Amino acid sequence: MSANLSSVLFLITGVLFILALRGLSSPETSRMGNFFGITGMILAIVVSILSVDIFFSNLIYFIVALSVGGIIGGIIAFKIPMTAMPQLVAGFHSLVGLAAVLVALSAYYSPDSFGLGTFQKIKTASIIEMGLGVSIGAITFTGSIIAFMKLQGVMSGSPLTFPGQHYLNALLGILIISLIGYLVVNQSTQIFWILIVASLLIGFLIIIPIGGADMPVVISMLNSYSGWAAAGIGFTLENTALIITGALVGSSGAILSYIMCKGMNRSFLNVILGGFGTDNSSNDKKDKTEKKPVKSGNAEDAAFLMKNASSVIIVPGYGMAVAQAQHALREMVDKLKKNDVKVSYAIHPVAGRMPGHMNVLLAEANVPYDEVFELDDINNDFANTDVAYVIGANDVTNPVAKTDPKSPIFGMPILDVEKCKSVLFVKRSMSPGYAGVDNELFYRDNTLMLFADAKKMTEDIVKHLD
Amino acid sequence: MEIDPFIFRLSIFILSIFIGYFVVWSVTPSLHTPLMSVTNAISSVIIVGAIIASFSSLDGSNISFSNILGFIAVTLAAINIFGGFLVTQRMLQMYKKKEKKKNK
Repeated sequence: MSANLSSVLFLITGVLFILALRGLSSPETSRMGNFFGITGMILAIVVSILSVDIFFSNLIYFIVALSVGGIIGGIIAFKIPMTAMPQLVAGFHSLVGLAAVLVALSAYYSPDSFGLGTFQKIKTASIIEMGLGVSIGAITFTGSIIAFMKLQGVMSGSPLTFPGQHYLNALLGILIISLIGYLVVNQSTQIFWILIVASLLIGFLIIIPIGGADMPVVISMLNSYSGWAAAGIGFTLENTALIITGALVGSSGAILSYIMCKGMNRSFLNVILGGFGTDNSSNDKKDKTEKKPVKSGNAEDAAFLMKNASSVIIVPGYGMAVAQAQHALREMVDKLKKNDVKVSYAIHPVAGRMPGHMNVLLAEANVPYDEVFELDDINNDFANTDVAYVIGANDVTNPVAKTDPKSPIFGMPILDVEKCKSVLFVKRSMSPGYAGVDNELFYRDNTLMLFADAKKMTEDIVKHLD
Repeated sequence: MEIDPFIFRLSIFILSIFIGYFVVWSVTPSLHTPLMSVTNAISSVIIVGAIIASFSSLDGSNISFSNILGFIAVTLAAINIFGGFLVTQRMLQMYKKKEKKKNK
């Protein structure tokens, strides 16, 4: 296939990918979007196969590699529970990173087949692009593995910090940049490998100090990195499809990181420097929390309150996902609707462990997406709502964010749950949320605490609604 | 004076960042998880590089280090492509509207 024709076809791939993202502007067009994405990918693969000189018999290796990967990917896609989406995405990011490293290495060792010069005499521009690609790829790889382990619970979600951490990172960063620059004069194998090792190390180091609560930012950030890595390789290979895709993915991840940071009222730098947020299983009991009186109730009280309400807003959080309570919740809502109660769902931007995580979980439990609202769209409705049912959320409802400038979550946009006539708060204990801040809402007169597992409590309420 | 082809690629890159910026802002927040899984899948278009690596001067009898790296990269990218698109499809199929509107 001529180089011009393949370039045009790669451009079409890029356009199809843009349409794939455009489709996600609404659930109705999204499936069509995904179809465009798949078409673009098939086109890119076919064009690449037709553009390289291959002996027909060698095609079998490619088909084997593609099938093995395809089968593994397919099985994962069908088996994965929706609650585990964050770690799946993190795991996938690591594969993109590793693939970028491998492609760059291959291009480094056989530059002639990529048209980049000869071994250790690679064109100056290409070696810089290759250095950038391999470095960002390696950072994405180890960073995503750490994120995966933290999300999967293999590794503690609490931030790991040590003295001199930032200096070490800064030093490594300078080393990486210098090495990429040095490749221009000296393309020796040692330099290239040291660059890879340094990048692998910094990827690991920048993610370990980031706590569990900041995971939505981390995943989005790594999403962005995987895009920049692809773009770096795209420049090296002079491939338009890769450059366009890398830019799209890179900016997509960056926007999501920005939205997540804004949802927590924290600067990006503040998140990266880390040290915020604690482990899931933190049960640090603060003495002062025990002092104030709390009203607690049972499933029967909750069922009574909601049955007699005219409107209920459900506020789900990560705790709902952990307890797998979304199906029981949907059952409860169905019963309430039969009693002519108006029910809607309110989702905070950082609820869950990745952007949009709660929406997927609710969709899985057959909750229609037009009953689910984002913070800005529903926040004014709390004032004329009878009951708020907070299930597995905590920090995102804490009024302290509006009142106490000293609080670590001050300024974070919150759901104005406290404006409801009554608030039902399902929680296992009085322990504070990720931010480690006591929730003032617990002690309000209109709050009724329901101490139980989210799923168990919701199921009990369902029984009492009959 | 002739313009370096690098400048053309850089132009494509910069313009694509802007396209990405505007397109992604228009994505509804409820679809942010599928957005991440689909961007994951499309970034595996890096498979085009893996294909070149796999077949670079491959003549059947001697497989070079670069070829092996290429085949591993093809496998990794394939996991991502199939896994990414299929899981996105699975998620998108869950998004449904309210059932009661039957007049549609």
